[in-house]
Amino acid sequence: MARVLMKGCEAIAEAAVRAGCRFFAGYPITPQNEIPEYFARRLPQVGGNFVQGESEVASVNMVYGAASAGTRAMTSSSSPGIALKSEGISYCAAARIPIVYANISRGGPGVGAIQPAQQDYFQATKASGNGGFRMMVLAPATVQEAVDLTYKAFDYADRDMNPVLILADGVIGTMMEPVELPEMKSEEEIAAIKENKKAWACIGHELDYANRSWIQPGQWDTVKMQQWNEAAAKMYDSWEKDIMVEEYMIEDAELVMTAYGISARICKSVVDMLRKEGYKVGLIRPITVSPFPYGSYDKINYDVCKAVLDVEMSIPAQFIEDVAMGVKDRCKIEACLCSGGNIMSREAVIEAVKKILDK
Amino acid sequence: MELVYSRTKTIQEDKVSGFCPGCMHSTVVKLIGEVIDEMGIIDKTVMITGIGCCGLHMDYIAYDTITAPHGRACAVATGMKRSNPDTLYFTYQGDGDFASIGLGESISAANRGENITVIFINNGIYGMTGGQMAPTTLVGMKASTAPQGRNPEEHGYPMHMCEILNQLTAPAYLVRTSCNTPANVIKTKNAIKKAFQNQIDGKGFSMVEIVTSCPTNWGLEPLDALDYIEQKMLPEFPLGVIRDK
Repeated sequence: MARVLMKGCEAIAEAAVRAGCRFFAGYPITPQNEIPEYFARRLPQVGGNFVQGESEVASVNMVYGAASAGTRAMTSSSSPGIALKSEGISYCAAARIPIVYANISRGGPGVGAIQPAQQDYFQATKASGNGGFRMMVLAPATVQEAVDLTYKAFDYADRDMNPVLILADGVIGTMMEPVELPEMKSEEEIAAIKENKKAWACIGHELDYANRSWIQPGQWDTVKMQQWNEAAAKMYDSWEKDIMVEEYMIEDAELVMTAYGISARICKSVVDMLRKEGYKVGLIRPITVSPFPYGSYDKINYDVCKAVLDVEMSIPAQFIEDVAMGVKDRCKIEACLCSGGNIMSREAVIEAVKKILDK
Repeated sequence: MELVYSRTKTIQEDKVSGFCPGCMHSTVVKLIGEVIDEMGIIDKTVMITGIGCCGLHMDYIAYDTITAPHGRACAVATGMKRSNPDTLYFTYQGDGDFASIGLGESISAANRGENITVIFINNGIYGMTGGQMAPTTLVGMKASTAPQGRNPEEHGYPMHMCEILNQLTAPAYLVRTSCNTPANVIKTKNAIKKAFQNQIDGKGFSMVEIVTSCPTNWGLEPLDALDYIEQKMLPEFPLGVIRDK
């Protein structure tokens, strides 16, 4: 298929449409406005619905409604807007309703900074709402990967009946890159997806108490609530098989950088540059940050590896806590950080690597 | 012999209502069920419940239902109806849900003219959480969070949702009814039926506000609560059709 030049946000929206997403509701917030704007133009062309909600809270609840009626549905926002959506996301998790959403994240708490950052790692991977639920969180490092992961996200959501998050930042969201778009699902395929949800979707059923649709984002009965939590935990454990990670030149590495998203892309170019200079460096790049590829850190040769270098656009570091669980004290972990909307520079990473390896 | 009355099929026979004695939720839920039966739409009707006592009948109705987060029923209904226009979607919300925490969702859905139906239960108090002040609590009416009674200087005045929504251009049907007398019960049923028919006819946003009692949290016997509706609630919330287009 021919490649087209697309902005990250628009590419995410187009990938969703191609995956069969036929409902989108969102609220304006920078730097992700191109997502709702694209859907506003695109969805009417394919018989879908776009709603500009009166708030993030309303938008995510519209998506909860649309998905509960059997339609593939999506929302998006940026950090403080995602915080507002956490109510609806938690309800979707509790009611086991498949939705996809994207966070083009910002540079700090509160209103933050609109420039690219990775400040929402804990929110994305540990506590996206009340109640201790988990989601698959996919972290693209290129616009192409954002497209591919968004397309896949709808299948994961439907398979698990659980929300899926695309965790990106202002670089991925606003830069233009050539992308190969996935195949557009046919009307028949989309109808079949909806048909498969007919048994549980809130669309009306014949008089039959046992088989009516009752979508419950919680349980009144404590035994049932515990059973629900146990079933959910089992589902979260099953994601081990879905781990996606890029392990780049780690076999002989004396220093392994680890990063996700745009930071990882910068690190990969650092690996190539430093390898030419004779430095034995490598990279572990989680593509799924939930489930986290802890096992990848077992592949590091700790006899030669002097340090793992955590590179992230977050201060304080957050991703580093998962890295530490992977490294398990087998070598020291250093951090190379920036934040506030300042993009990680290759020079800063190179300097951090050399500071360790030139000792 | 002609059958003149039968139990609505929309309520499970082996289930017991969870409502307090004298609570009008059970009356309204029965009326909704009768309307669904008479219109023959049980296979294409979905109730979106709010949070609070309005969710207590989810367990014993026989048609599809979903629980919305507190106040968000109109937003959830928006997503459902737009993606599935052939199904009848109605929200069932109390005053705290519809007029306080969900005010933004409620007004915005009405302003968009969403083709949904709202059944709004106004009893002037938070029932399930134990009698806290609602946006519709009457001046002077005691609530657990307004122990001296609602004081306008501190709490403002009761909100009139029908009249507020009547400022908007889009809504099709806004009506306020009660269930305090047999005549008003019949009027309420007719209003629900009309609101459902409006949705089937694609007319847009319809709301039936029903002034009801909460004997438990009002601290009144059920019969005294009926008097309270007549003497106190209805002067503040006059019954009638506010909009019908």
